[in-house]
Amino acid sequence: MNKFKTFGLGIIISFFIVLSANAGSIKIGTEGAYPPWNSKDAAGNLNGFEVDLAKALCEIMKHNCTIVEQDWDGMIPALTSKKFDAIMAGMSITSERLKTINFSQGYADEVASLAVMKGSSIENINTPEGINLNIGGSDVDKALKTLTSSLSGKTVCTQIGTIHQNFLESGDVGKINLKTYKTQDEVNLDLTNGRCDVALAAAVAFTDYAEKSGKAVVLTGPTFSGGAFGNGVGVGIRKGDSKLLNEFNAAIDKARDDGIISKLAIKWFGFDASM
Amino acid sequence: MMSIFPNLLNGAVITLQLLVVSMFFGLIIGLIFAILRVNKNPIINKFAYGYSYFFRGTPLLVQLYLIYYGLANIELLRNSLFWVIIKEPYWCAIIAFSLNTGAYTSEILRSAFQTIKKGYVEAAQSLGVTKKITFYRIQLPIAIKQSLPAYGNEIILMLKGTSLASVITIMDLMGEARKVNVLTFKPFEAFVTAGIIYLFITFIIHNIIRYLEKKYGFQT
Repeated sequence: MNKFKTFGLGIIISFFIVLSANAGSIKIGTEGAYPPWNSKDAAGNLNGFEVDLAKALCEIMKHNCTIVEQDWDGMIPALTSKKFDAIMAGMSITSERLKTINFSQGYADEVASLAVMKGSSIENINTPEGINLNIGGSDVDKALKTLTSSLSGKTVCTQIGTIHQNFLESGDVGKINLKTYKTQDEVNLDLTNGRCDVALAAAVAFTDYAEKSGKAVVLTGPTFSGGAFGNGVGVGIRKGDSKLLNEFNAAIDKARDDGIISKLAIKWFGFDASM
Repeated sequence: MMSIFPNLLNGAVITLQLLVVSMFFGLIIGLIFAILRVNKNPIINKFAYGYSYFFRGTPLLVQLYLIYYGLANIELLRNSLFWVIIKEPYWCAIIAFSLNTGAYTSEILRSAFQTIKKGYVEAAQSLGVTKKITFYRIQLPIAIKQSLPAYGNEIILMLKGTSLASVITIMDLMGEARKVNVLTFKPFEAFVTAGIIYLFITFIIHNIIRYLEKKYGFQT
């Protein structure tokens, strides 16, 4: 009987320890698999642009933060079920996501691009350097038409539940053979293996991979922004959690004015992706 | 909830396909290896044991990744005829599942072989039946009948194993459920519906096996 009492007491005490450790702190969810936005080093520690930025924002907000890892396809459900309080995972602000969660103002923006292996038949697609789907116009229409014919019959790979998937399914580039993967790592693997003819993701996700792996992955076609690609990357926060939302907005203002976001963007992306 | 149902049913068809095809190949592989396992030659015996040891000792997910991403990384293989098969996620899944269930099936059959009463074999021998005929006409049928209940379990385990196919881009039941989840951000609806469909398939398999057991099961 005595053993049971000690055991029970132990459980209650550890419960309180867990509770008190969480008091006054916020948890931020990230994927840890989308370099250079967020990733992991060889020892398994989270790093990347958003991990550094999260630490900087928490310092400004004077919050004690823990950054936790979460698979991409469960990111929004994990937020709404209170596994953590904010998302910083290269998540673009889109109208679809705004139906379920709120976003802070954008802190960074970065274009998407198609990528192929060097020597591919669509290594050179004759389009403008970049197209903005918000602006539209005949140039954009012409570019989409060129893309439609270039991509026709090709296997196009992308990560599941992303703006890139939304764009590929929107019909803007016609009917393609779409394959979706759990992580960008797997997209990169199958692109180099030759299972994918072409892949779509953030342009830096490909350039970062090409640089680190030494594989001949090259960007092709125009860079994309606007439309299905959303309006920059912001902090995802539960609906109704307006206090935290305001705190993040103020902290992003301060970090931008102090040049922290620009500095971190140049460190991780090699160019100023702040907004 | 009703609107996601047709999508999930499409996925369930793929799941059933994966299950039936890999159980078919798995049964053939299992039979061959069970026969090799009871062979007296130590080299053949050890080889069959090694196969079942490896595939039962490593997670199915590891085997799936090994075949899908691992083999695709070997340039020699990418430039060979095999690439036609390895390139397709569907065939990679079939290979992984067949080899996995084959290993378990061989063990189920082996243990059934070894529990066959000596009396049956001796009776056949005393009647002058050759060893070969004794094996194919007496030992093998008894072993198959005896392993029915365990094999039924293996089919159900494999049904659940096929849900791993979604990690290599196959849109099976689990894959469709995950797609619904990322589109609607409602994991509960998506996965509960998928779970119910899996349960229903299990229910049917379970009843078929029970029927077969009653009709053909080995009574001692």
